[in-house]
Amino acid sequence: MNKIIEVKDVSKSYGGVVANKDISIEVQEGGITGLIGPNGSGKTTLFNSIVGYHPIDGGSIKFQNQEISKLQVQDIARLGLLRTFQQTRIYGAMDCVQNMLISLPHRKMSLNDMFSRNTKADYEKADRLLEFVGLYEKRFLRSGSLSFGQQKLLEFAMALMNEPTVLLLDEPTAGINPTLINGLIDRLRRANTEFGITLFIIEHNMRVIMNMADKMYCLAHGELLAEGTPDEIQNDQRVIDAYLGAH
Amino acid sequence: MNKTLLYGILIAGTIIAPFILPDYRTQLATMWLMIIVALTWDMTGGQMGYNSLGNIFFYGTGMYVAAVVGISLAYNVADYTNAAGGGIYKFTDGQYFGGIFLGSIAAGLFCAACAVIIGWITFGLRGPYFAIGTLGVAIAAGELVSNWDWVGGGQGIALPVYPGDFNIGKIFFYFLFAGLGCAVFIFVKWLYSTRFGAAMNAIRDDEEKAEAMGIHTLRYKLIAWAMAAFFVGIAGAISAFQLIHFEPLETAYQTINLGIFMVVCVLLGGKGTLWGPVIGAIMFHVFKEVTWNYLLGWQWVALGALIVVTVVYFQDGVMGWLMLKRPEWFGMKVEQKTASAEAVK
Repeated sequence: MNKIIEVKDVSKSYGGVVANKDISIEVQEGGITGLIGPNGSGKTTLFNSIVGYHPIDGGSIKFQNQEISKLQVQDIARLGLLRTFQQTRIYGAMDCVQNMLISLPHRKMSLNDMFSRNTKADYEKADRLLEFVGLYEKRFLRSGSLSFGQQKLLEFAMALMNEPTVLLLDEPTAGINPTLINGLIDRLRRANTEFGITLFIIEHNMRVIMNMADKMYCLAHGELLAEGTPDEIQNDQRVIDAYLGAH
Repeated sequence: MNKTLLYGILIAGTIIAPFILPDYRTQLATMWLMIIVALTWDMTGGQMGYNSLGNIFFYGTGMYVAAVVGISLAYNVADYTNAAGGGIYKFTDGQYFGGIFLGSIAAGLFCAACAVIIGWITFGLRGPYFAIGTLGVAIAAGELVSNWDWVGGGQGIALPVYPGDFNIGKIFFYFLFAGLGCAVFIFVKWLYSTRFGAAMNAIRDDEEKAEAMGIHTLRYKLIAWAMAAFFVGIAGAISAFQLIHFEPLETAYQTINLGIFMVVCVLLGGKGTLWGPVIGAIMFHVFKEVTWNYLLGWQWVALGALIVVTVVYFQDGVMGWLMLKRPEWFGMKVEQKTASAEAVK
């Protein structure tokens, strides 16, 4: 397997707070990679660094062998490296279908396409993906009026609409009703196998991430603590200590 | 069918209005001006979430560009403005109408270019900072122009009067404004139906999300504002010839009058909707003219009260209120069928 994302010695500080220190990780193409760690361990900071939300202090980030640490957010997204947010972000004043249609991959469009209407195929694709996440009945409602869990599903569907190569998910199951979580795991898997999207997931729900990931990384205090298969991580004493507060 | 009928009635009304209400020709023309500035303000303010208080800059700049172009077709601009109304300058019909035509086009293009340059600097500002930043541009422009003797300084510019019958002139300007207003309406109706319009809405709802989805937000903001500025510039150009004389602070860069009125029109009608700015502009103009006639002395108090009430209690406007009360009219309802059931049918 090829490494599609390669993060090397990346550091990031906010003033005196070192959020990431010399972190090196790799995401394999076509796989599901997990990122865990206690609150405040620097997981989201690492995500933000990868997608270009802030300049990094040092190190290098490569996507498909291209250095992306100096690129703007939009340009990284246009390469096919997409993220969802921990605090779900959708376009609240538009209905679900409009949310989906605006998420069409703009990297594949010309200026002329921007000044034309959406095609029937676009609408069908939006409907299909909304049904995939179970929001078809609510597709004409203002997305801002949906519950938090439904907004999360909508954001996931929007990401799929964009046809990314790699999808970075920041806590996809947080705030979702436990009975829906199994369905979500199934959909994430199908996104990986059927749509061929490489997933890189931050998750606090151990049952979810241990079930899905084939490679995992654990951060603590801004540093890489452990890496390995879910089994290795589960039995790593340092990881258990970090979660229970032995540090 | 129903819609065709509605539009037919509106177009017919627009055409016959100046003939059945001869005393109100200039008032109706001004109402169209309000509709134009409200619709264009809503392009950035309502649809894109960037509340500009500086759109009046394009109105004033459009006036000056059109006047300078119109004059320079016949005379040297410096000589003309130096005379300050004292000299005798005659314009032929060709020079007059050519001036309006070329002046309008030049004003539109110049203002669109200005929007790109000003936007490049100010679109880094968000929310109220953008509003104040653009307001600053408009005020500064007014002060600068009023000290620029080549365009008449604080005295402004006097343009030639309409060559022909006085009443025909009023009808002429009414139809210029009405034609431009219809053009703007058709343009924005089309624009909001395209993917570009959807991208503008995305910027309004969550700009960071739009960026994270790969939308070049700055590019969209600049293009959208340039389009708005193009039409406001043309409206300013027509105003310049309609008003005959204008000066920088109270007429051209009238930040506290038209600059605020256009925002109130949109808020009153409902921002972010197609019809809201039109309805709001008509309501506002009627309210303003009625108070000017029947509450003279208190007209500014009444207007201020209207603005306060709108901003504090009625922010969503007429259309927003309707959407809240009757969401099903706008297609916002739960769909019972599933996609596969629909496919079978």
